Amino acid sequence: MGHKPQQGLLGWFKRRGRTLVIAIPFWWLMVFFLIPFAVVFKISFAEAIIARPPYSQLFTFAENGVVQIKLVIANYGYLLEDSLYISAYWSSIKIAFVSTLITLLVAYPMAYYIARSPLRRRNVLLMLIILPFWTSFLLRVYAWIGILKTNGIINNVLMWLGITNEPFVMMQTDFAVYVAIVYTYLPFMVLPLFTNLVKLDQSLLEASNDLGANSLTTFFKITLPLSVPGIIAGSMLVFIPVVGEFVIPALLGGPDTLMIGKVLWNEFFSNRDWPVASAVAIVMLVLLVIPIMLLRNAQNASHEEGA
Amino acid sequence: MATNPQSKVSGAIANGAKPWITHDQEPFIKISNLTKKFGDFTAVDNVSLEIYREELFCLLGGSGCGKSTLLRMLAGFEAPTSGKIEIDGQDMSGVAPFDRPTNMMFQSYALFPHMSVEKNVAYGLLRDGVSKNDAYSQVNEMLKLVQLEDFGKRKPDQLSGGQRQRVALARSLIKRPKLLLLDEPLGALDKKLREETQFELINIQESLGVTFIVVTHDQEEAMTLSTRIGVMNEGEIVQVGEPREVYEFPQSRFVADFIGSVNIFEGRVSDDAIDYVRIKSEDANCEIHVSHGVSCTENQKLWFAIRPEKMTVTHKKPHKTKLAKFNWISGIVDEIAYQGNLSVYRIKLESGKVVRITKSNRLRHDEDEITWDDKVYVSWEDTAGVVLTQ
Repeated sequence: MGHKPQQGLLGWFKRRGRTLVIAIPFWWLMVFFLIPFAVVFKISFAEAIIARPPYSQLFTFAENGVVQIKLVIANYGYLLEDSLYISAYWSSIKIAFVSTLITLLVAYPMAYYIARSPLRRRNVLLMLIILPFWTSFLLRVYAWIGILKTNGIINNVLMWLGITNEPFVMMQTDFAVYVAIVYTYLPFMVLPLFTNLVKLDQSLLEASNDLGANSLTTFFKITLPLSVPGIIAGSMLVFIPVVGEFVIPALLGGPDTLMIGKVLWNEFFSNRDWPVASAVAIVMLVLLVIPIMLLRNAQNASHEEGA
Repeated sequence: MATNPQSKVSGAIANGAKPWITHDQEPFIKISNLTKKFGDFTAVDNVSLEIYREELFCLLGGSGCGKSTLLRMLAGFEAPTSGKIEIDGQDMSGVAPFDRPTNMMFQSYALFPHMSVEKNVAYGLLRDGVSKNDAYSQVNEMLKLVQLEDFGKRKPDQLSGGQRQRVALARSLIKRPKLLLLDEPLGALDKKLREETQFELINIQESLGVTFIVVTHDQEEAMTLSTRIGVMNEGEIVQVGEPREVYEFPQSRFVADFIGSVNIFEGRVSDDAIDYVRIKSEDANCEIHVSHGVSCTENQKLWFAIRPEKMTVTHKKPHKTKLAKFNWISGIVDEIAYQGNLSVYRIKLESGKVVRITKSNRLRHDEDEITWDDKVYVSWEDTAGVVLTQ
C-alpha cells in the first residue's frame, strides 16, 4: 500500500474527514450563535430612531468618500442611570440563585433515589423525569395557572377540605414564579446529579461504614463531596437560563416580579428601543459569563492541584 | 520490608503454635452453620469454621464460590440468612459494620479519591472521636510501617498500584481491629510486586498481632500467606488445613485439582490389604501400588491422585527389584514447556490419557535430554500419591 494517497471520494474523506467533522459544528455555531451575537453587539452601540429597522447605522459613508463610524455608548450609560435595570439584574440573579438552591434540594434526593434503584426501575424513573419535555413548555406553564389561581385546583381542594375559607392568593406572586421555575428546571438538575451519583463506587460507602462512620456521616464526608461536579453542572444548567427567564415571570409573576427577561422584552417590543434592549442583553451575558469563567478556572486549578 | 522490631509482639502462632491441633485456646472467631441465600441462590451453605487469634486464615476458591459473601458477612455488609458469627465471644448478629471490631481491606482498595493519603488513613480514627493531633501522629507511624511516610499529602490517583495497596492496608489497620478482613488484597498487583508484598503482609500481620482473614482465588498466594487454608466450593467449605496438609493430603478430587495441578487416575480396588492397596486403572494401563492401607472395599471405585513433580520421566525402563510390576507406564512425549527453572512434560500414555510431569532443571546441559516424540517411562514411588474416595 505504502503512503500513496488514495484516489476518489473515499480517499478524500480519509484525508479531510477530521476537518469535516469539526467543521460542521464549528460553522453551525458561527452561523447561528456568533453572527447573531455580533449583530446584537453592533446594535447595542447604535441610536434608536423611528425608522425601519429602528436603529441608526454604525457605518455611514460621507459624500467625500470617508467612512464615518458612530459608536453610541449612551445605551450602556443609560442602564446605570435608570435604577430599573440594576434592580432587574439584581432581582433576576436573586430569583435564579434561590430557585437553583430549591431545585438542588428537591433534585438531590430524587437523583440519589434513582441512582440507587435497580436497573429496571431506574429506567422507568428516568423516563418519568424526561416525560414532561414531550409537552410544550408554554402549555405546562399555562397549566400552573389553572392549579394556582384563586379558584384553581389547590384553593378549591383546600376550601373543600375546610382548611381555609378564603382562597390563598398565589398567582402573580413570586411564589408562583418559584414554583414554576423549580418545576420546569428540575430535570436539568436531576439528570447531571443522577449521572454523577450513579457512578459513585458503592465500596467507598462500605469502606466509610466499615471505618466507623454511620450513614449520615458517610453522606456528608463521602457522597456529597464526590457529587460536587454534578451539583455544579446541574446548578449551571438551572441558574443560567433562569436569569434570562421571560415566560414564567410574564405568565405567573405579578407587577412586582422584576426580571431582566421581562425588561428586555419590554424594551424590544413595547418601547421599540432596540439599542438599549441589545445593551441589556450584552450586559446580562457579561454578568453571566464572567462568574462562569472564574468558576471554571477555579475548578481547573483545583483539578491540576490534584493531578 | 523492615518492620520495627520493638513493635513486634511475639505471637504464639508466629512462633509455631498450632491451637487448631492442640485446642489449648478458645477459638477467636466462631462461625456456626452460617447460610446466606440470595433469592433461590445459596451463596454460603451451612458453613462452620473456627479461627484462632493471630491466625492468617485464607479462604480459597474460584469465583462465585461464596468466599467474598462469607467475608462480607463477617464485616457486616450482608446479614446471614441463618447461622451465627461470634467474634471474641461476642455475637455479631444485628451489629452494624461501624460497630464491629473488624476492618476490611477492599479488593478495589476503595480509597476516598477526594482525600489525601493522610486523610484516608486518619478517617477511621477521626470518626471515633480521636483528637486530630493524636490521629495524625498515629497516621504517621502507620505510614512509616507501610513505607509511605513521604506520600501523606498525595491524592490516591497520584499513587502507583502498589502504593495504593499500602494505603488501603494502612487505613484498614489504623484502628487496630481485632480482625482484619482482606478481599483479594494482592489481586491488582503484577506478579513480582505480589510476591514481595506477600511477605510484607505476613511481617505486618505478625508485628501487629492482628488476626487476618484473606479471601483469594490464587492458590499460590494462599499457600505463601496462610497459617491455614479453607478451600471453598459452591458455598461450602470442602477442606480446612495447613497449606502443606491441603496440598499433600487433599480429601477430594476438587481440592486436589484446585490446589496445584494433579494427575488423576480412575480405578478400582484390586487388592485390599492392611498395609497396602492395589488399584487397577484403565487410565494408567497398569496396576498402582499404594504403600498404606485405605478404608475401602474390594472393587470399589476410587481415584489415585499424584502431583506432577512426584513422577519421574526416563528414557530407560525403571528397574526395581521389589514391586517391578507396579507404578510405571510407558508413553510418548507430546509436549514440552521449558520454563527455565523447570520443564513441564505432557506425556501421552498408551491408554490415551495425557499426564503432566514437571522436572526441575538441575543441570545446565542434559546428556540424556528428553525431547518431543521420545518413548519414555513414567514412574513414581509407592508413597507419592493419594487415594481419594470422593
